Amino acid sequence: MKIKRVNKIKFTFWKAVSILIAVIGIYSLIMRFTKGLGATTHLNDHVPWGLWIGFDFIGVGLAAAGFTIAATAHIFNNHKYESIARPAILTAFIGYMMVVALLVIDLGKPENFWHPLVMWNVHSVMFEITWCVICYSTVLTIEFAPVLLEKFKLVKIQKLVKKITIPVIICGVLFSTLHQSSFGSLYLIVPAKVYPLWYSSYLPLHFFISCIAAGLSMIIFESYLCARAFNRGLNISILSGLAKGVLTAILTGAVLKFADIASEGKIPLLFSQVPETYAFWFEIIVGTVVPVIILTNHKWKVNRTGLYFASIFAISGFILNRMNVCVTSLVQSSGQHYRPSFEEISITLFLVLAAMIAFKLTVENFQVFEKEERYSNLVSSKHEILSKNLVFNKQNEC
Amino acid sequence: MYKNELIGSQTGLLFDAAECIGCGNCYNACKEENHLPRTNKDFLKDHLSNNTYTVVEEYGDKYARKMCMHCVEPTCVSVCPVGAFEKTELGPVIYDAEKCIGCRYCMQACPHNIPRYEWSSTSPRVRKCILCYKRLKEGRITACAEACPVEATLCGKLTDLIAEAKRRIKENPGKYYPVIYGLEEAGGSNVLIISPVPFEQLGYSSKVPKERMPDFTSRAMEKIPTVVSVGGIFLTGMYWLTKRKNQIAMERKALSENENKESK
Repeated sequence: MKIKRVNKIKFTFWKAVSILIAVIGIYSLIMRFTKGLGATTHLNDHVPWGLWIGFDFIGVGLAAAGFTIAATAHIFNNHKYESIARPAILTAFIGYMMVVALLVIDLGKPENFWHPLVMWNVHSVMFEITWCVICYSTVLTIEFAPVLLEKFKLVKIQKLVKKITIPVIICGVLFSTLHQSSFGSLYLIVPAKVYPLWYSSYLPLHFFISCIAAGLSMIIFESYLCARAFNRGLNISILSGLAKGVLTAILTGAVLKFADIASEGKIPLLFSQVPETYAFWFEIIVGTVVPVIILTNHKWKVNRTGLYFASIFAISGFILNRMNVCVTSLVQSSGQHYRPSFEEISITLFLVLAAMIAFKLTVENFQVFEKEERYSNLVSSKHEILSKNLVFNKQNEC
Repeated sequence: MYKNELIGSQTGLLFDAAECIGCGNCYNACKEENHLPRTNKDFLKDHLSNNTYTVVEEYGDKYARKMCMHCVEPTCVSVCPVGAFEKTELGPVIYDAEKCIGCRYCMQACPHNIPRYEWSSTSPRVRKCILCYKRLKEGRITACAEACPVEATLCGKLTDLIAEAKRRIKENPGKYYPVIYGLEEAGGSNVLIISPVPFEQLGYSSKVPKERMPDFTSRAMEKIPTVVSVGGIFLTGMYWLTKRKNQIAMERKALSENENKESK
């Protein structure tokens, strides 16, 4: 009985937090649409882009596993990873829905969001991104469709979808490659504004490589949390495989970044005493050094907790990188210290909450995780239960 | 001078900071022409905003006008996803609020930091000088140039303006810093500036690249067809190869199992 009570208190606490975030978020949304951007954000003529654009970069980057895993499992026919293809695609789908919602909220004229569909400017990176995001969201819908069709037993459509799966996945990989890198291309046209440590003509490549590491880390992170929440086992061999991918991407990215800095003669900037330097090194330590240390340690790299922490650091480093590119790197040229407003933060949190709830509901009601996997690896789930009991016993004793 | 002779016949402005007396006539004429409300008691302390398309700034005993430069290859035109900006044949860079979705990429990207936004509106527009496009179409000169009492702001054909700027620099040795600002900045603009001191001292950025800004993006964008075609072929090939590899492995496995059975 006591165990139940402990559970209940924890549950209602998070429920209360969620309701609070939702209420404040909806209130902020109403304010944003009735009072305008000026009254509800800290954006101004010198800082036209802020937290929301940064968050769009982050959301899309963290959703990158959708295309990397789909490609590994279905294009490179590495069937070991098939069991995580669905969670990865679901993550991507929800991530993109969140990003699209945030983009529309961020638009000065959200009612005109459909204009890029009919008013074309093929020279604009923003135009290309809009189209790729729309196309890739369609791809994700088709990729995730089998989960829904299975549930409602729509066999005919299921067969049709299966036929077009491979071309659709190939298109998905191409669309992703294009727009993931194009988020970096957005800043190519402002060479005089972006702080040189982050500006590079290879920005698209840096963005592409870092999104691969971030997307795979997100799947490790998610698998760990889901295993805990739904009391499932974890397939360490799959996670270690993902971790190898993360390590490769992080190392490649770091080598490229420093080679780039060195070839542009920017090495002195790495040691100059300005806030940008500290922000840069913080990003490198969190997102590169720590994950590399964990993932090259022969004990930690096969340990679920080790992988979990490596993924947290890799994700944090990725978030720092994107926020640095779109906020920190522009502080000097704009001459303004931008801090997101209460409304900007609360709307962002609300969308994250919505995404988490959507993920939870889908996992609970559809077969996102494979059945065999759910009951396999009993050793670790038993271990999980045991340790939980231990915790509860300890609490009871207190 | 210009690759395309048509550009030389476009309309532009020449601002001469050595001649400007800081009277503010251009500032007031601009406000009147565009029906903009008063934004500051002292025009010298005003700054560009959604209600102010041009300002006169005070630097000691010198004055500098700030406004849209009407670039020859405008960044705003190239970055706008819906083509809300247009470089007209006459020269002005104009804006269509009906098309605009409000992504503000133009503001982020402008090398001269010119576009301003109606932040307090729920249907905000981007605001900036449009070089009195309506007046130019009627064959008149811009309101600011018309209002200038001392020929510090001239409106005319670009080739004429460049010739005039060069003449002023040449005929008054020592009076001018011997460079025309706007001739090369961001690939050239229809607004040109000459000054008695280096431009940085009058608040004109010296960091603006001397290249056409859209080139920075197009160098990356032109790789897209290659990425798509090479990527598509690579992925299709890999799919076929790995599938075949798995198939062969399966067949071999089946074969060796059969052999095992037979030997038993």
